Amino acid sequence: MQIIFGEHILSWLVFSPLLFALLLFCLPRGMDEAARWLALGGSLLVFALSLAIFGAFEKGNAGYQFMVQKEWLPLIGVRYSMGIDGISLFLVLLTTFLVPVIVLSAWHAVEEDAKKYLAFMLALEGTILGAFLALDLFLFYVFWEAMLIPMFFLIGIWGSKDRIYAAQKFLLYTFAGSVPMLVAIIYLVLQTKLQLGGYSAALADVLMLKLPGDGILSPQGLIFLAFTLAFAIKVPLFPFHTWLPDAHVQAPTGGSVILAGVLLKLGGYGLMRFAMPISTGVLPLVAPWMMGISAIAIVYGAFVALAQDDIKKLVAYSSVSHMGYVILGLFALNQIGITGSLYQMLNHGVSTGALFLLVGVLYERKHTRAIDAYSGLAKTLPLFSIILLIVTFSSIALPGTNGFIGEFLILQGAFLASPFWTAMAGTGVIFGAVYMLWLCQRILFGKPDPQKSEGLTDINWREFYYLAPLVLLVFFMGLYPKYFFDRMEPSLLQFTKKITVSMKDSGKGGLYANAQHD
Amino acid sequence: MIEQTSLLGWIVLLPLMASLINGIGGAIPWKSFPRIPGMVAGVLASLAVFGGFCLAVTLYFRLTGHEAVAVGFEQTAFPWIQVGDFNIPMRFRFDPLSGLLCLVVTGVGFLIHVYSVGYMSHDENPQRYFTYLNLFTASMLILILGASLPILFIGWEGVGLCSYLLIGFWFEDIEKAQAGMKAFVVNRVGDLGFLLGMFLLFRHFHTLDFIELREAMSSHSVETTFGIFTAITLLLFIGATGKSAQIPLFVWLPDAMAGPTPVSALIHAATMVTAGVYMCCRLGFLYSLAPMTSTVIAVIALATAFVSATIAIVQNDIKKVLAYSTVSQLGYMFLAVGVGAYTVAIFHLVTHAFFKALMFLGSGSVIHACDGEQDMRKMGGLKEYMPITFWTFVAGTLAISGVPIFSGFFSKDEILWQSFSSPLGGLPLYIVGLATAGMTATYMGRLVVMTFLGKNRSSKHVRDHLHESPPVMTVPLIVLAVLATFGGFLGVPHIMGGHNYLEHLLHGVVPESLGHGSAGMEWALMAVSVLTAGTCLYLSKILFLDKTQEKDSPLNRFLYNSYYLNELYDAAIVRPLGAVAVFLWKVIDVVAIDGAVLFTATISRASGRALRVIHTGKLEHYLAFLMLGMLVLLAILVAQVV
Repeated sequence: MQIIFGEHILSWLVFSPLLFALLLFCLPRGMDEAARWLALGGSLLVFALSLAIFGAFEKGNAGYQFMVQKEWLPLIGVRYSMGIDGISLFLVLLTTFLVPVIVLSAWHAVEEDAKKYLAFMLALEGTILGAFLALDLFLFYVFWEAMLIPMFFLIGIWGSKDRIYAAQKFLLYTFAGSVPMLVAIIYLVLQTKLQLGGYSAALADVLMLKLPGDGILSPQGLIFLAFTLAFAIKVPLFPFHTWLPDAHVQAPTGGSVILAGVLLKLGGYGLMRFAMPISTGVLPLVAPWMMGISAIAIVYGAFVALAQDDIKKLVAYSSVSHMGYVILGLFALNQIGITGSLYQMLNHGVSTGALFLLVGVLYERKHTRAIDAYSGLAKTLPLFSIILLIVTFSSIALPGTNGFIGEFLILQGAFLASPFWTAMAGTGVIFGAVYMLWLCQRILFGKPDPQKSEGLTDINWREFYYLAPLVLLVFFMGLYPKYFFDRMEPSLLQFTKKITVSMKDSGKGGLYANAQHD
Repeated sequence: MIEQTSLLGWIVLLPLMASLINGIGGAIPWKSFPRIPGMVAGVLASLAVFGGFCLAVTLYFRLTGHEAVAVGFEQTAFPWIQVGDFNIPMRFRFDPLSGLLCLVVTGVGFLIHVYSVGYMSHDENPQRYFTYLNLFTASMLILILGASLPILFIGWEGVGLCSYLLIGFWFEDIEKAQAGMKAFVVNRVGDLGFLLGMFLLFRHFHTLDFIELREAMSSHSVETTFGIFTAITLLLFIGATGKSAQIPLFVWLPDAMAGPTPVSALIHAATMVTAGVYMCCRLGFLYSLAPMTSTVIAVIALATAFVSATIAIVQNDIKKVLAYSTVSQLGYMFLAVGVGAYTVAIFHLVTHAFFKALMFLGSGSVIHACDGEQDMRKMGGLKEYMPITFWTFVAGTLAISGVPIFSGFFSKDEILWQSFSSPLGGLPLYIVGLATAGMTATYMGRLVVMTFLGKNRSSKHVRDHLHESPPVMTVPLIVLAVLATFGGFLGVPHIMGGHNYLEHLLHGVVPESLGHGSAGMEWALMAVSVLTAGTCLYLSKILFLDKTQEKDSPLNRFLYNSYYLNELYDAAIVRPLGAVAVFLWKVIDVVAIDGAVLFTATISRASGRALRVIHTGKLEHYLAFLMLGMLVLLAILVAQVV
């Protein structure tokens, strides 16, 4: 691979989807069918490229691999630098895996201006990959913001009735959240000049800074707050989640899948990559608070999901609940919880992605997402129902499915840190089952209503082809997580050490240190 | 010494594979492929379980036959979860306890599979049924064979899933689907306790493997005040109250009768519902360190046994009687656990599996003959029409009532004796236990009298079709009747000159029973309980023969409606939580949080009026700015890199 791509393999990964997006834009009008095949081929090519990277990825290596570094804006110390490690590896794969799935799912669902839709989707893929791979704060910020543009159009053009409102809300909400982050980044770059003798926005340099970290109003505390606000909105963490239900309900299927499947993960990823390592000093202080908030988010999201009568809204609120687990595990600040969190991000991408795809299948046929518009589907759409049940049980974390591994590790890790918040979060185990099973009961079981079942057909081969890999992943990830852990562990161990060593330095890590070793 | 073997995995794998084959090849209605016929699916499913049974027998005899070199067999199938020191391999272990239960699950399970081939022959999708039933068997075996708590938990949740799927098997009836969901959700409440118990165990002992835990416990002494062991065991017991239907979580089991009757026999009588008892016995070394928990268990168990027996007496649905009877008998098993007699709990678990599976299958045979009718008031006199079903059912009834020679006599009497003589027990426990035994004989006698004796009260249409079930159903009944009759010889007490095989078998696996007392006392108590059972059986014949008009008293209604517990839970838990959900959504989410967000937006819009020059208000323009910025940055990048 070195021979073909040189040091730029990651650049290829990020920019080839953008290239395909450009190609798609340039296609003449009316060539939607060609556009579909081009998008499918392009996204599969990107997926293949990411698989090649995966194949060449060195297992025992905790550091960044396939690094690329170029000067970009030397005046302000900004470098074009990217790399991949055990933390970002699978998130990247999840992204490249979901895009072909989305392209397939949109085959007939998006009739109007399909080529632009696909172009925006691929552009979105490129920017997301950029954000996962960037190792320069400024570069990250660029991708982070660039992402909003294609997403905005995807919701705003191909969405449902209130799409403009939802798109604006999404844009302004996330944008507002990133402004403090930009300020924090600028502050950090200025500090590098003072402490290291030259401007640098490189993550590695920023991590070398010595910043006061005593209290939430110290520089570290404020930086943490600034970053975390941006990431919490993205996750979205209660109470910053209200843009999500609107965005999901209005977005087209593909938009929802990429939003829930990948975009939200950038919040959790950002915390791991930037917010937590940069402000390790204040972690012992903020961790209990973050755990408390996420425990509330888990229960709150589950409750609100319970009250929904729109399938997509229900799944959207379930995301609030599930992503709460991710944050809970991260701030357990131990290896078990953090591993669980990273794994849960992948799980959520697979399971919730599949859920949105399934909703899309129904929507394509009946053009409604109202729960009471469906009944007795288990009789009329057996294959659809089986897949929905499998995904449901993955979502409620049944052992043997992927969901269990993540949730179990997160709760075990969190329990070591705070039994109280874990018990509170654990009630999500019950309520999660309630809202998902109740959904299944309402749409799958009972006598099929002839009027409601009119025009409903079971999933076809195209749909089967893109749903089957997700179902297989549900089981593979649930039965053999070692395959993933082997590649994540070195990086996660290094990360855990980094954030806990400095805790012991500050003398505030007692609780967690004891919990792990007593 | 624990011997490594690769046979163990196959016990689980056989039913699992059959489930996969039947599921993909039979249950799913592919348009382009032919489906496995229902009969073939049934035979395949039965054979898979029988294969598991043969393997279990082989291993069991290698374990207990000759002067055993090994105390168990073990197989690590593959590494499962491994994060730092949190290491849980997919490991199975076959020791005398799990071996015995393996035999019960595969043996009784096989009989029920065979019976199902006949019972489900008229169903439109027996393939799906056997897919679930095999999956259940595999999960139950994982539960029993799991070498650590998380592996046990895989099975624990797996059987819960299958229970959900099978209760709601006829999902077109929304009430049946609802019963399935209720079972799953109520069990989840228990599961939270189970999970927290596991977390707490790991926090303190850094392992969840049974053997390692046992070693870790060996240096600890019995806890006299509320401490870590009490907390762990109580949390785990909450899990058991869900799965094994004890107060306060037993409400799901009567509803679970919505499933096909063989399912009630296998899952909701013989195997799954005893998982909680198994778990407590498996962790006997832990429970014996926490006498406070033992007391709690004994009290809850006895209350459950008593309460559900009172409910069973007034039910008219034949399956409901058996369901409440199951809850009651599970209470007996936990009573044994609570007084520290783990061997006895397992003893009753095994005999109960025989006689209760027998009676559920018998009731299935009755329902089958009566064209789906489950109301005993519309039965009667079936003895004439279905003699095999009748006589086998009588064997089960005598067993559960505790008539000497029959299996239940030995196990139940042992429980009563232990509850009297154990330092954790006492006279009050014994008296309530005895009263429950009396009620058991009464409601079972009532069931037999109303169903099989007296005059037939069926409609003419049904009466014309009354028939004995086919051999595929009656042969399993006969086999189970033999087991229910003689199964008690597994544990003949010493005073009768028996050497108590079971006690011998489980020696060193579970803690020894605590009860001690004089042989004379044991004989005396035995006589009392036999007398009670006999009297109550006789009374039930006098009271209920051809008398179906029960008086409509408030007490009767109260009992009939299960103490109105479902209504209570609905009013006190389900509805308030539903209201909270709506409140959180409509008030907190939409009005408070989103309102605040939109308010902020309004303020900034107002203050932004000054900047109107660039604020054209058109999003396209903003985005154009954004795009422009991005392009400039990209251009610089390209210039630098190239």
